[in-house]
Amino acid sequence: MVDKMVNATIPEVSSTLPKVGSVLRMNLAEGQSSSSANFANEMIMESVGLQVHYGDFLAVRDVNLTIHKSEITALIGPSGCGKSTIIRCFNRMNDLIPSAKVGGNVFYKGIDLYGPEANSGEVRRRIGMVFQKPNPFPKSIYENVAFGPKVNGKPSKKETDEIVERSLKRAALWEEVKDRLKQSAFSLSGGQQQRLCIARALAVNPDVLLMDEPCSALDPIATARIEDLMAEIKTEYPIIIVTHNMQQAARVSDRTAFFNTEIGANATRPTGVLVEYDTTRKIFSNPSDTRTEQYISGRMG
Amino acid sequence: MSTSIAAINELQPSGRKLRQQRVEKLIKFFLMIVAASGMLITTGVVVALVRPSIDFFRSISLGEFLGTTAWFPLYEPPDYGVWPLIIGTFSVMLIAVVIAVPGGLAIAFYLSQYASDSIRRKLKPILEILAGVPTVVFGFFAINFIGPNIAAKIWVFSDIGFYSSLSAGITVGLMIMPMMTTLSEDAMAAVPRALVEGAYALGATKRETCTGVIFPAALSGIIAAGVIAMSRAIGETTIVLLAAGSTANFTFDVGQPMQTMSSFIGFAGLGDQPTGSTGYQTIFAVGSLLFVITFILNMFSRKIVARFREVYE
Ligand SMILES: Nc1ncnc2c1ncn2[C@@H]1O[C@H](COP(=O)(O)OP(=O)(O)O)[C@@H](O)[C@H]1O
Ligand SMILES: [Mg+2]
Repeated sequence: MVDKMVNATIPEVSSTLPKVGSVLRMNLAEGQSSSSANFANEMIMESVGLQVHYGDFLAVRDVNLTIHKSEITALIGPSGCGKSTIIRCFNRMNDLIPSAKVGGNVFYKGIDLYGPEANSGEVRRRIGMVFQKPNPFPKSIYENVAFGPKVNGKPSKKETDEIVERSLKRAALWEEVKDRLKQSAFSLSGGQQQRLCIARALAVNPDVLLMDEPCSALDPIATARIEDLMAEIKTEYPIIIVTHNMQQAARVSDRTAFFNTEIGANATRPTGVLVEYDTTRKIFSNPSDTRTEQYISGRMG
Repeated sequence: MSTSIAAINELQPSGRKLRQQRVEKLIKFFLMIVAASGMLITTGVVVALVRPSIDFFRSISLGEFLGTTAWFPLYEPPDYGVWPLIIGTFSVMLIAVVIAVPGGLAIAFYLSQYASDSIRRKLKPILEILAGVPTVVFGFFAINFIGPNIAAKIWVFSDIGFYSSLSAGITVGLMIMPMMTTLSEDAMAAVPRALVEGAYALGATKRETCTGVIFPAALSGIIAAGVIAMSRAIGETTIVLLAAGSTANFTFDVGQPMQTMSSFIGFAGLGDQPTGSTGYQTIFAVGSLLFVITFILNMFSRKIVARFREVYE
């Protein structure tokens, strides 16, 4: 199982994952190939039958996603359809919510994140996260970036300096802050704070980056900078991004998953479902599901 | 509103709005009086302290008060060296703080980060009850339990008697611990959840999150909690009176009976000092000193808190 996952190519994916596989085959049949969402990109994570309960409430169910190297995967859909809930399953952040129960599997290079081989701390080190509102620590700019490396192996002062500089450069923030690393992170603007949070996440050298509406608290210029940054780093750090902004998903992502809600047979509250997952080009130009089409056309206007 | 009113003057508020504004003014006036009365009471206390204190220092020199070390103000011949009270006060306060601050912090960390919901629901009311126990009960607890069973067992450096500032300090520490716990837990709970999640998302463990993010972010609140606990320890009278005796020994040996400034005031206030006598004035002189020391400690702690605020905001 493990080996198979690591070197997943299309035939193998379709054999272990009938549902997603069929979507992929369909794309091949149509001769679609997005510029970067091509099938040579090795799969790095996947969810199989993922569902989350909060207490008795089934918040989202049956989510099968594949995440590929060098790609940005966007999760879109109306508010409350479980996008945040799902993205938080990919680094076990839901462990912190006592009422949350995760069912199904999330694999990282073939290893089950919720299985006995996985340690939640190590999972979160490998799969970094950037939040909706910039959340720098009440520390200096330097210490914010150094925090992750410090809790993951205590590098020397010199190594830490190098990591901080490299991470800030990677997050396109170095030039703006190199002369004031000792200043409080709160002295930065909102957009700078969010890039600091990206630098902080990159400092522990993750394999995947999760972003839950990273631009929703930012102005258009700051948003554009973050989008440029994402495009720049995606070859090193594959990204899963939740966004409520259709245009953003269309602009930056290679694949898009559209979620919607529906009320289950015995349920009173709506449950989120994955309606369609495909290349972004396909989702936005020729979606297979009418619900996707309605949502896209309604939101893109 | 109707168009005719709007036609008269669009910028005039309606009748209802006007009444609301009047109520608003009344509320403001009322709150101002309440706030002013607080200031008036404080001023009144200071004035009441100052006049007998001035009378005291007319007959006893400041040099004797602060320059000698024997405190027998109610004896014949009297001695007015206040140092035994100062040392007693700081001994009891330090012991209490050494117990209450780490203890309270540990419980607060446990409650806010480690305890399950059901344990938290059981422990919090117990703490609240503990905070409401009258100090005289703590005083008897000190005499009957802490003194003979704890203080006497752990103090091996000298002969420890029935009354000791160690026994008083431990008990005052236990008395203020629930307050320290509640206040610092509030400070930790006020740390935004986003920060805590940010730390976990970097792979930090629970302990690393507590020490690396929650503690520094809550530090100014925790220091404020410590300051309040300290002031409370300095002011505690009943426990000290019962547990540390009423002998103003000039000693650093906490196994000995001692008197604090508060316990002296409580002790002397109970005996009948004729109004205007030097014994009567002594109470106010010590009260003024206590006021000044508490005031200085508070100013000092405010400075510290402000320093930490600057760093983090
Ligand atoms: N901590 C929680 N406890 C209980 N219910 C929650 C919690 N977080 C989210 N939910 C519920 O789960 C559903 C999905 O929420 P969420 O994942 O935040 O949606 P989205 O990010 O797509 O807006 C919503 O109905 C929401 O009310
Ligand atoms: Mg959300």
